[in-house]
Amino acid sequence: MQKKYSWYSLLKAGLANQDWDKAIPSSKPKSKYDVIIIGGGGHGLATAYYLAKECGITNVAVVEKGYIGGGNTGRNTTIIRSNYLRDEASSLYEHSMRLWEGLSEDLNFNVMFSQRGVYNLGHTLQDMRDIERRVNANVLNGVDAVVVDHKEIKEQIPIINTSKNVRYPIMGASFQARGGVARHDGVAWGFARAASNLGVDIIQNCEVVGIEVEDGRVKGVKTTQGDIMADRVGCVSAGHSSVIAKMAGLRLPVESHPLQAFVSEALKPILHTVVMSNAVHGYVSQSDKGDLVIGAGIDGYNSYAQRGSAKIVEHCAAAILELFPIFSRVRMNRQWGGIVDVCPDACPVISPTKVEGLYFNCGWGTGGFKATPGSGNVFAHTIAQDKQHDLAVPFHIDRFTTGALIDEHGAAGVAH
Amino acid sequence: MFLIRCPYCKESRDQNEFSPAGEAFIARPENPEALSDEEWADYVFYRTNHKGNHWEQWVHSSGCRKYFLVKRSTITHEVLEVATFEEINSENVS
Repeated sequence: MQKKYSWYSLLKAGLANQDWDKAIPSSKPKSKYDVIIIGGGGHGLATAYYLAKECGITNVAVVEKGYIGGGNTGRNTTIIRSNYLRDEASSLYEHSMRLWEGLSEDLNFNVMFSQRGVYNLGHTLQDMRDIERRVNANVLNGVDAVVVDHKEIKEQIPIINTSKNVRYPIMGASFQARGGVARHDGVAWGFARAASNLGVDIIQNCEVVGIEVEDGRVKGVKTTQGDIMADRVGCVSAGHSSVIAKMAGLRLPVESHPLQAFVSEALKPILHTVVMSNAVHGYVSQSDKGDLVIGAGIDGYNSYAQRGSAKIVEHCAAAILELFPIFSRVRMNRQWGGIVDVCPDACPVISPTKVEGLYFNCGWGTGGFKATPGSGNVFAHTIAQDKQHDLAVPFHIDRFTTGALIDEHGAAGVAH
Repeated sequence: MFLIRCPYCKESRDQNEFSPAGEAFIARPENPEALSDEEWADYVFYRTNHKGNHWEQWVHSSGCRKYFLVKRSTITHEVLEVATFEEINSENVS
């Protein structure tokens, strides 16, 4: 059991400059668990945490091939919002948003959740019609959202270019005030620490190399640290979901693509909110550290390489500069890619599979970070009860067979 | 970023000139009426998403605009082989 973080513990350890605990103990795998979670990213750790906290299953291992916070959880642009169009998607993301709102306290870990608002810009009449439709749908679903015009945007964000003399002038936006950002690797650490305190083993540097299936039932996993038995296995391995599925003889309706992002040098506070644009395709916010965090789109080809092409960077930079000409001389510090698994309808799969006891939570594509607590929460219940959580029901993998797809790709555009 | 050799233009050109067009050798079912829902789902939505050497279709969209086949590593992006649909099909692929 780790010590509880508080102002007192910070002061005490700070004055003495010692007594800094390791955030999570290092664990070696036991031979058997009730549940194994493959993938120690935010979603996997959140699943383990809610299994222990809400489902009473504490004999859980999270196996991670790298280190905590080293995968997509530490590679995204940290934007959180729940203003999705379709009822299925908006219920799930709003569930997540409500968990975000109490998360730091719940985990006893400051995830730096900052509700600074999210603007989704519209640049054409059709964009604005879609935005109005989405905002109305949001309001009906109890998600806060308003339509703002370009004057209001300019008032709120003086540095934005609302001139009409650009290729895609800004006409307006949807604004979700409860949207914002969080400290992404902090989220992974917070969930890892809180799960570990409830008895979950977090096993790092442990790659799954095989899945044991006997008579259509999962028996356990083979890893680089030996075989581990379990009655239930939850797979939350994002870009590598197809690779894990293949180990169990399954195919998935996902393809893996590189998604890129970059950050600038640290600047004084200049952008107090999050600005996203589907039409010109770029999104930007300023981190508490001061750097501009900029996200681009995916490359169209399949890849597991954690890097994308220069074309995408150029396209995104052009979009950001049209919105914010003032950023033209900002120097970029780092650029990177993460591998995202994209479903044909841009909605996740949270589902049991044909193999009994094997569950998949994948296909979050480019927008998984914002769903971290909600995804883990509904997936934990799905595993614990061997029955999909109510909010997860529409996200069954069978929707690709029945045809009941969730058309969020067409509805929300590409930027997540 | 990588170069792709177009088998029609017979030149190695920047990948930006090309557009990816999905996994190769997914043939349209010959008798659609006979297909079960599962088989349709597999044809339309399910993909191999292979990690390693992957056969896929590309189109030389800023060049000759012809579709062709590329064997490419999805780990390193290295292009290993290009071919026309006449040269290679699901029967003789290696």
